[in-house]
Amino acid sequence: MSFPWAKEYTPTTEFGQWMDKQLPLPRFVYNSVGAGYPAPRNLNYMWNFGSLAGLFLVVQIVTGIILAMHYAANSGIAFDSVEHIMRDVNSGWMIRYAHANGASFFFIAIYLHIGRGLFYGSYKAPREMLWLLGVVIYLLAMATAFMGYVLPWGQMSFWGAKVITGLFEAIPLVGKPIQELLLGGFAPDNAALNRFFSLHYLLPFVIVGVVIMHIWALHIPGSNNPTGVDVKGPQDTVPFHPYYTAKDGWTIGLALIFFTALMFFLPNALGHADNYIPANPLSTPAHIVPEWYFWPWYAILRAFTFDFLFIPAKLLGVLAMFSAILVWFFLPWLDKSPVRSGKFRPKFKIFFGILVIDVLILGYCGGAPAEEPFVMISQLAAAYYFAHFLIILPLLSSLEKPEPLPNSITESVTGKPLKTAS
Amino acid sequence: MATVETAETAVAEEGGVRRRDFINIAAVSFAGAGAVATVIPLVNQMNPSADVLALSSIEVDISAIESGQSIKTSWRKQPIFIRNLTEKEIAEANAVQTSELRDPQTLAERTTAGKENWLITLGVCTHLGCVPLGAAQGEIKGEYGGYFCPCHGSHYDTAARIRKGPAPKNLEVPEHEFLSDTVVKIG
Repeated sequence: MSFPWAKEYTPTTEFGQWMDKQLPLPRFVYNSVGAGYPAPRNLNYMWNFGSLAGLFLVVQIVTGIILAMHYAANSGIAFDSVEHIMRDVNSGWMIRYAHANGASFFFIAIYLHIGRGLFYGSYKAPREMLWLLGVVIYLLAMATAFMGYVLPWGQMSFWGAKVITGLFEAIPLVGKPIQELLLGGFAPDNAALNRFFSLHYLLPFVIVGVVIMHIWALHIPGSNNPTGVDVKGPQDTVPFHPYYTAKDGWTIGLALIFFTALMFFLPNALGHADNYIPANPLSTPAHIVPEWYFWPWYAILRAFTFDFLFIPAKLLGVLAMFSAILVWFFLPWLDKSPVRSGKFRPKFKIFFGILVIDVLILGYCGGAPAEEPFVMISQLAAAYYFAHFLIILPLLSSLEKPEPLPNSITESVTGKPLKTAS
Repeated sequence: MATVETAETAVAEEGGVRRRDFINIAAVSFAGAGAVATVIPLVNQMNPSADVLALSSIEVDISAIESGQSIKTSWRKQPIFIRNLTEKEIAEANAVQTSELRDPQTLAERTTAGKENWLITLGVCTHLGCVPLGAAQGEIKGEYGGYFCPCHGSHYDTAARIRKGPAPKNLEVPEHEFLSDTVVKIG
């Protein structure tokens, strides 16, 4: 892995040499995030969101383990145990608010990270596996976040669990038994709460495992870069440490400022007031919405209000919602353009911009009540979303004439042609 | 690498210390201080929570305890022995030279002035935390007529002081105060 000019790890102390022989962990770190990992010299700030997603994953795991010390996963006392955390546990309010808002920041980081990959063509060869693992991480994160939101056992928790498990009911013939299997009952109750807690504790560690594979897959070809041009020689790279450790450290500091500002001054801004009402299986809140990071997919789910051929509307919505993310698995083969970076694709650039706006519109509609005009807007936006991946991208690959690429990363940075070829 | 590392070769100032060294140390120290400040609440959350602390004092009515009797009650989820000492037990406790004791204390130091007959201690052996015998009717009181811990054989005298066995300290006397002749507040 890595480039032939990567700096070799040479332990200077006797202990370092002994360690290197027996367990070369320092060597591994040096070659992964140290001076032994050369990274393209032209990475822009969009390349900082991977480390930020990692930061918030750690925040979630640390605060989550602490919350689990005080939380009781029993439908009779779960809500009270959360109030116990908020009122009685030393700094419990802070740790819970960190966990609740940390989820949002994790998704902010991961969305910008995905957007970066979409624009700069980071999913293209030789990084398809890297991209596929990233989609898996995203799916696992969604499942984890959903189950975590159920645990406080408030009104939104309960009805969110009911609605999302209700999706499985749409599957023909086996839908109802599957829903009952998932819930361990006919509606969310103690059995569901307990298994959601168990899985909510497990899945983050599965995410960590896939993240390790994601980074492993990254380090084989090395990072993509804003030009999308391959690294050609030592002049195109800088050692990860100190250059990108310092740059990541700077944005980690910035992100923590925004995070703590939200956590301390607007801790419930991204939550829903109804979740401070204990779960009541006999009364549905007037306006059920998931957390903001699910809104675009929720809008696609609700966009299908009509039956199509023999497929009922409910099943269509569920299929569309899952397909909206599963289509990402095929992205490396839908976009056949050999040019990676959107910078050099004049038409792709425009359609990418439209896609971003389209997803923001879907997000707005997903958070709005299920009534006109939002239903119609959702339908149009959902149609465009699929058209982008299934029609526009494949067509652009052959119709678009890309701009000339720079000969090398160094040339694009310095503006001077490269003298020596390596 | 050759072109981008020019900053590294910037002229060293006096004593070979560069501005970048200062920035580096300042930034890392700031991050370190922040990390320590973050760890404090993350560890402190394990301390007793407000609802646990709220139960930290109790009031006990001792009017029904006759001389020579004792009761067990519970305080902070731990047993408490309240013992109404007889004249003989008081005399036995006072007859001991404190210099002979492993944990030298007089009965007067372990009780409230004017109420030396009320011996209030935790029912937790200072060896490894078992509940000693001797408070309830018919239990073995040990060789010194106080308490006896069955786990590892510690003997306490009538002032609940350690006399024999592995325990290092006398049974702990919790902070307490007589609200009246018949009510004592513990904690």
